[in-house]
Amino acid sequence: MKLSREEVIHIAALARLGITDAEIEKAREQLSNILENFEVLKEIDTSNVPPTAQSISLVNVLRDDVPQASLPAEDILLNAPDREGDLFKLRAVLE
Amino acid sequence: MTTTTIAYETVIGLEVHAQLSTRSKMFCGCSADYASTAPNTHVCPVCLGMPGVLPVINNRAVELVMMTSLALNCAVSSYSKFDRKNYCYPDLMKGYQISQFDAPIGLKGWLDIEADGEKKRAGITRVHLEEDVAKLIHRVGFDGKAYSLMDVNRSGVPLMEIVGEPDLRSPEEARQYLMKLHTILQYIGVSTANMEEGSFRCDANISIRPVGTTQLLAKVEVKNMNSFRAVFRALEYEAKRQGDALANGERLAQETRGWVEAEGKTVSQRSKEFAHDYRYFPEPDLPPLNISREWVEKVRAELAELPDARRDRFMNEYSLPLYDANLLTATKTMAEYFEACVKTGQPANLSLTVRAKQISNWLLGEFSRLTNANLIEVNQAKITPVMLCELIDLTQKGTITGAAAKQVFETMFSTGKPAGSIVAEAGLSQISSASELENMAAKIIAENPQAVADYRAGKETAAKFLVGQMMRLSKGRANPQIATELIKKKLEEK
Repeated sequence: MKLSREEVIHIAALARLGITDAEIEKAREQLSNILENFEVLKEIDTSNVPPTAQSISLVNVLRDDVPQASLPAEDILLNAPDREGDLFKLRAVLE
Repeated sequence: MTTTTIAYETVIGLEVHAQLSTRSKMFCGCSADYASTAPNTHVCPVCLGMPGVLPVINNRAVELVMMTSLALNCAVSSYSKFDRKNYCYPDLMKGYQISQFDAPIGLKGWLDIEADGEKKRAGITRVHLEEDVAKLIHRVGFDGKAYSLMDVNRSGVPLMEIVGEPDLRSPEEARQYLMKLHTILQYIGVSTANMEEGSFRCDANISIRPVGTTQLLAKVEVKNMNSFRAVFRALEYEAKRQGDALANGERLAQETRGWVEAEGKTVSQRSKEFAHDYRYFPEPDLPPLNISREWVEKVRAELAELPDARRDRFMNEYSLPLYDANLLTATKTMAEYFEACVKTGQPANLSLTVRAKQISNWLLGEFSRLTNANLIEVNQAKITPVMLCELIDLTQKGTITGAAAKQVFETMFSTGKPAGSIVAEAGLSQISSASELENMAAKIIAENPQAVADYRAGKETAAKFLVGQMMRLSKGRANPQIATELIKKKLEEK
């Protein structure tokens, strides 16, 4: 299964990636290879295997609703490219 | 060039998001109380969306969605799981929202509503659990350039989505559906459901089609409606806009439109930024939920009495009219306040049903008038149920007149002082002394010769006017029965 150029551009746009023509072609080949590998898996007969959303057998891993300490705002803002007071400062987000 | 006019019907389905009243967030232990704290103080690597962190499901959030599902007559699934909904937006740091796609907790329920005098059952498609996103604040700098600020406290707060079937046929039905849903969520205590603060949000899907057909024309999603009234107005506007467009031979686009409250219209938000291609896949970090019957029953046992059941009980137990029962049960706080009043057992000389009706009259009358005028909630009022019943008791015993009771109520409402001391301080106790009232009546007769003449000329209503004057003179303290007798007696005398 070969991805089209348009599909690669669409995927990049969804991930907000700006990519060059050369990168489009490279990604098209690599992503197509990955998909082809999945094609191989399709050859296995799974008609007797129920579909699952999980590869492990755990269920109901839950925590009690008890608040725990959070990190200090200073630590959280260490990741901020820019800040104003204790808020993250970003480029304008168009509504 | 008149052609046959086609009649259209409106098809509306609502999607409601409600923040759940849990103490901690959906997938981490940070406090979910995001509003009353300094920015970015209820944040950890999980809700900040750092790579490699492990989310863990909040047990209580699952239960609150189960509870809502039961209240909305939904089946609670025995198997449920979480999925990743992928999209890029700055308020969603990790690039996906953990939500539920094809195995929600609640499925296929309904809500009974009444609109324009008709009863109707509106379907509920599903109830599922997800997480809220961070909060963006938009600013313009001194240089005139726009920028945005972000507070991550809200990120990861448990959010419940309730998707309704496209069963609603008018903006009024939509409004009733929304108000009913809102009441239920507050009743069962799963959400504060405050629309202005954003803990209860509504998006609407609306389309129109020729009456009698089932064809689906372009569906428009309307957003940004922050009050019940806004929902009603936006849908009314949108139904008309779509009808006009079709009448003009235009094609309707399937799109998202935002309600602009100040201008009273919807505006297209067509933008490639919102390409709905979410590429859902199962959340690999969260094992699925197996919801046993025992667990469902445990949650059901916790479910509080629902508004409709309470309304019916008020009518049966207290013999209240439908009108009173509806209004008293419209909010949980009012219903609880009413029952707290009834439970005081005062005034003891009245039967339960008479007492209940008097309490209802006060609550739906003066009490509601003053809470509305002062923009406060029922539970913020300074008047306690015991105080209100004391006032009713004083009126009942004849210590004060009905007119004086209203004055006492107002003072009680603003000061929080008990009725007894207000009556004593302001000298509002009823005047029943015959001599005092006789003097007053004589004065009224002497000062209003015209009314006296009118009465004698056969105009009976003039007597009522004179009694009214006497009540005024006594500042509402004259015993109305004795006052009426005295005025009549004096009028007949000459």
